[in-house]
Amino acid sequence: MDLLYKIFIDPFVQMGGAPDLLIQTLWEGLVSGVLYALIALGFVLIFKASGVFNFAQGIMVVFAALTLVGLHAKGVPAFLALALTIVVMLVLAVGVERLMLRPLVNQPDIILFMATFGLTYFLIGLGEIIFGGEPKVMITNELFLPKGAIEWKVFGGFVSFQKLDIAAAIIASAMVAMLAVFFQRTRIGRALRAVADSHKAALSVGISLEQIWVIVWFAAGIVALATGIMWGARSDVSFALQILALKALPVLILGGFTSIPGAIVGGIIIGIGEKLGEFYWGPLLGSGIESWLAYMIALVFLLFRPQGLFGERIIERI
Amino acid sequence: MFYRETGQYKTSYAADMALFPIRQDRIGMMLILIVAFVVIPLTMSNFVLSAVMIPILIFSLAAIGLNLLTGYTGLISLGTAGFMGVGAYATYKLTTWFPGANIVLLILLSGFAAAAVGALFGLPSLRIKGFYLAVATLAAQFFLSWCFVRVPWLVNYNVSNAIEVPTRTMLDVPVTGPNATPVVRYLVVLTIVVFMTWIASNIVRGRIGRSWMAVRDMDIAAELIGIRLYRTKLLAFAVSSFYCGVAGALMVFLWLGAAEADSFNINQSFIILFMVIIGGLGSLIGSFFGAAFIWGLPIVLRAAPEFFGVAVKSATVEHIQFMVVGALIIFFLIVEPHGLARLWQIGKQKLRMWPFPY
Repeated sequence: MDLLYKIFIDPFVQMGGAPDLLIQTLWEGLVSGVLYALIALGFVLIFKASGVFNFAQGIMVVFAALTLVGLHAKGVPAFLALALTIVVMLVLAVGVERLMLRPLVNQPDIILFMATFGLTYFLIGLGEIIFGGEPKVMITNELFLPKGAIEWKVFGGFVSFQKLDIAAAIIASAMVAMLAVFFQRTRIGRALRAVADSHKAALSVGISLEQIWVIVWFAAGIVALATGIMWGARSDVSFALQILALKALPVLILGGFTSIPGAIVGGIIIGIGEKLGEFYWGPLLGSGIESWLAYMIALVFLLFRPQGLFGERIIERI
Repeated sequence: MFYRETGQYKTSYAADMALFPIRQDRIGMMLILIVAFVVIPLTMSNFVLSAVMIPILIFSLAAIGLNLLTGYTGLISLGTAGFMGVGAYATYKLTTWFPGANIVLLILLSGFAAAAVGALFGLPSLRIKGFYLAVATLAAQFFLSWCFVRVPWLVNYNVSNAIEVPTRTMLDVPVTGPNATPVVRYLVVLTIVVFMTWIASNIVRGRIGRSWMAVRDMDIAAELIGIRLYRTKLLAFAVSSFYCGVAGALMVFLWLGAAEADSFNINQSFIILFMVIIGGLGSLIGSFFGAAFIWGLPIVLRAAPEFFGVAVKSATVEHIQFMVVGALIIFFLIVEPHGLARLWQIGKQKLRMWPFPY
């Protein structure tokens, strides 16, 4: 009885008792959700256009952030470093297409999936050799990212909003809007969707697979850079960020592998669910439930909607 | 010419259904077993036995387990290390409850615990497949890892929060614990691995294995010919987890000697998936090749700079090792997406045709 009370009643009593804390938790959840969504977006971009489940997205985030910070540490001005990092991501995209995707064309999905694993290992090694393994501080001031917090007095308490988080949310929404327009309205976007539907059909109407792959990996690289800056500003830039890629996977399940809005909504649901669960139900189970709660939410969800929130109905009934 | 089955007639059904119908295979297998059981323990140093041979055998067993699921049934799982952990912790609990029982028996029994957990986490496979399923199995991985850290009951409330392997003897020879010699541990592991590989090869040749492969190749067609999908898939999850569980128990009790929850983290799952893919999906012998390759490669890479007389810092070696492993994985996938087992097949075919090219 006591346990039932603790599960079903106590958390809600707490929520009602301290609404400012609830709002704070919701906000924290929203922000981490947006950041999960950013990583998920990188996955979705590549999956949508090449059917490759890109496990290397997490390390691409780290690699982009490290390049930026590393270049700046060498004395390159911040915005030049940003531009150079974008060039590096382009080189990476071309390299991946030339050396990995082109020889592996028409292989089963799992082979391509494993190849991105190889890429992950490769980039971890490369990053460690070039930049070293120690955590670095993101150059927030130089990039004119806002600092400090806004405090909002409400319900007899106060809720603090980090300005950085607000900026992250705005940048993420802007990126999503841009990508949505890019996919829906431009010629290249249409070509991307054609490739996603069928490689062969796209080839036969004269779409160059090679170009499309470079574009899409480049776009994912830029998303990775944005994610890296945001996550790096919240914590340090280190290889531990790579683990975040795994956090994005339940977001993908929830949102569907092929849907950009799905990635965003899924990210927010997972972010908020995770923070609420950790804060209100966490003490009951011992802390650290963050690590699997998202997956459990996603799993339960899957039982009812296997294709995700906005996923295309491509999964046949088994 | 060297490997030709000409003149070997099968005169009974038993001969037709034999595990190795070709005489050369039988002889080769006998030779391999003699080398494995007699020559290696006699000639190799304790270090090689415990740092190379035992881990390769244990990882081979785990890879076979994953191969049954991914290679034969077509269900990708990223929860392998979690299931291995279940086996290890179950063995630990069993040794606490039954201090007098035979340790090998307990290790095999712990497989059932892993099988039950595996079947439970296999339930989503009834609704989803492909990458969605792979991500769903990550739930198992993270949840189980969390349990290993947070549930002190699993490690008998000891302070270190780790499995401490007790000494257990068989025929008055210590098999587990600090006093067990590498030779004894090697032989026990080898026996279990050979036995379970033999079982696995019979499973995949038989009705169960064929229904798994039917599901892998086309699930709708499989359902139409009367295979019950949910039963087949859950069985695949259970058997696969059984193998992984035993491998995990062997890993802790006969190789590492002590284990924390971190031994069963997500990287372990990925490494075993590598072994399966590099070795060859849907091939038991490939699992051995894959395990030997992935485990042996870093050892070779570490030894290489010394061999060539180049002084490199150990940290750099480790990073280069990451790069080389990553690059080699991509290279292998490009050159031979069907894995090392395929190369083995090609080699056999060449020997058969020799001296003709084809």
